[in-house]
Amino acid sequence: MSETKKYPAPVTNPETAAFWDAAKEGKFMIKRCTACGEAHYFPRSICPFCYSDKTVWEQASGEGTIYTYSLMRKSPTGPYAIGYVTLKEGPSVQTNFVDCDLMALKIGQKVKVVFKPTDGAPLPFFTPA
Amino acid sequence: MTIKGKAYIAGIFEHPTRHAPDKSTAQLHAEVAKGAIEDAGISKDDVDGYFCAGDAPGGAWPMVDYLGLNTKKLRHVDSTETGGCSYIIHLGHAAEAIAAGKCSIALITLAGKPRTGVMPPRAAGAEADFESAYGATTHNAYGMCAMRHMHDYGTTSEQLAWIKVAASHHAQYNPHAMLKDVVTVEDVLNSPMISDPLHRMDCCVVSDGGGALIVTTREIAKSLKKPLVRLIGHGEAMKGPRGGKDLDLTYSAGIWSGPRAFEEAGVTPKDIKYASIYDSFTITVLMQLEDLGFCKKGEGGKFVADGNLISGVGKLPFNTDGGGLCSNHPVNRGGMTKIIEAVRQLRGEAHPKVQVKNCDLAIAHGTGGLLGVRHAASTAILERV
Repeated sequence: MSETKKYPAPVTNPETAAFWDAAKEGKFMIKRCTACGEAHYFPRSICPFCYSDKTVWEQASGEGTIYTYSLMRKSPTGPYAIGYVTLKEGPSVQTNFVDCDLMALKIGQKVKVVFKPTDGAPLPFFTPA
Repeated sequence: MTIKGKAYIAGIFEHPTRHAPDKSTAQLHAEVAKGAIEDAGISKDDVDGYFCAGDAPGGAWPMVDYLGLNTKKLRHVDSTETGGCSYIIHLGHAAEAIAAGKCSIALITLAGKPRTGVMPPRAAGAEADFESAYGATTHNAYGMCAMRHMHDYGTTSEQLAWIKVAASHHAQYNPHAMLKDVVTVEDVLNSPMISDPLHRMDCCVVSDGGGALIVTTREIAKSLKKPLVRLIGHGEAMKGPRGGKDLDLTYSAGIWSGPRAFEEAGVTPKDIKYASIYDSFTITVLMQLEDLGFCKKGEGGKFVADGNLISGVGKLPFNTDGGGLCSNHPVNRGGMTKIIEAVRQLRGEAHPKVQVKNCDLAIAHGTGGLLGVRHAASTAILERV
């Protein structure tokens, strides 16, 4: 189902536009604070940990492991698996797992980012690495 | 400063309906307001504080007008919206307002029609572009918590099922319960998988309806006819992924709201005779029991097994009305009915088959939002005087 599923286009705003511009080039971006060194997701201009405004964009590896997931057995667009991926860079991100056997997902499994098109910027998803 | 003992719950009302195709949402609010006002034995014109959440059509000022409250007297309003636990937070805020002299008779209402009406959409948060496409629902958000809890602590579906089994034992005595049949662990495990690892019977009911409270001062409560039930401790808290750092979905904001309430009340979980614990899903109960300190983190599965939550059988009778799992979950919000059943227990008005003997101390605890994403929690410790 995931191949044919239509995803909503991000609305975007001035704070997050750079994320979506990078996504159009296939880059998965996170924010890092140069004051405290912590990375975070989703991106904010003010660091949620130390409140510094010295946050910078950083291209993430797009690699991580499944922290948890749940397979929604039924929906109007078919089954789908929601979950969190803990990125190599540290932050955990909410996502769907796609292009794989949804019954075979496991906590701790290695995954990588994959973008899916919308009518606007593409959206990041994860698939087994 | 403390609100300990400053506010009394003098009126309660749970709408008997679970299916209201022929009523409006505002009408249900009015019916539960009338019910609680009559239960307290006051006049609506005496109400000088009004509390409602996102389920109230248009918010506080249209509701105050629709309900015909006495605007010459009404001097305190609060429309704090924290999902299903809003009403437990309202209870605490009402106590604060009463303690500060800002009102003396507060009305709190909840009502709505998720079965037969249209639920208003929630306003988008800052996370919307980064999350809304992934389809987080109550089922899968709580499923994610359960999945990780099982991974980290070895919690099993059988243990979760015991929570539903206990609720069903209580619901059989509630004539208004949507699901009155006693079920077994096997029944739960054999029900269809909805969102792994949660089965259909791990999920609460969807019901139209509502409930209301009257909260007042000691002096006014003593002048009325109902047994005296007062709030002696209250806590509220929020939790979310907070930038994705150190994500841990095995605990909730109850880990903060609970100790705040217990500390204020000066009691411990061991002292509690009856517990109303929000049961949107079985995993909700298990996590809250751990977070509130009824058992250690990770030991909730063992704690709930073998009927430990069944009144007259186990050590911690919970949700003796059948809870959201079997009786009622009006507007997909469980906080109100949690308070109401706790007050029934403290008054001695619960069904005789589930009434806890000498019930003088109870807890009502709820969460709002999605435990697996971002949520609020609120805890109230209630005492019969």
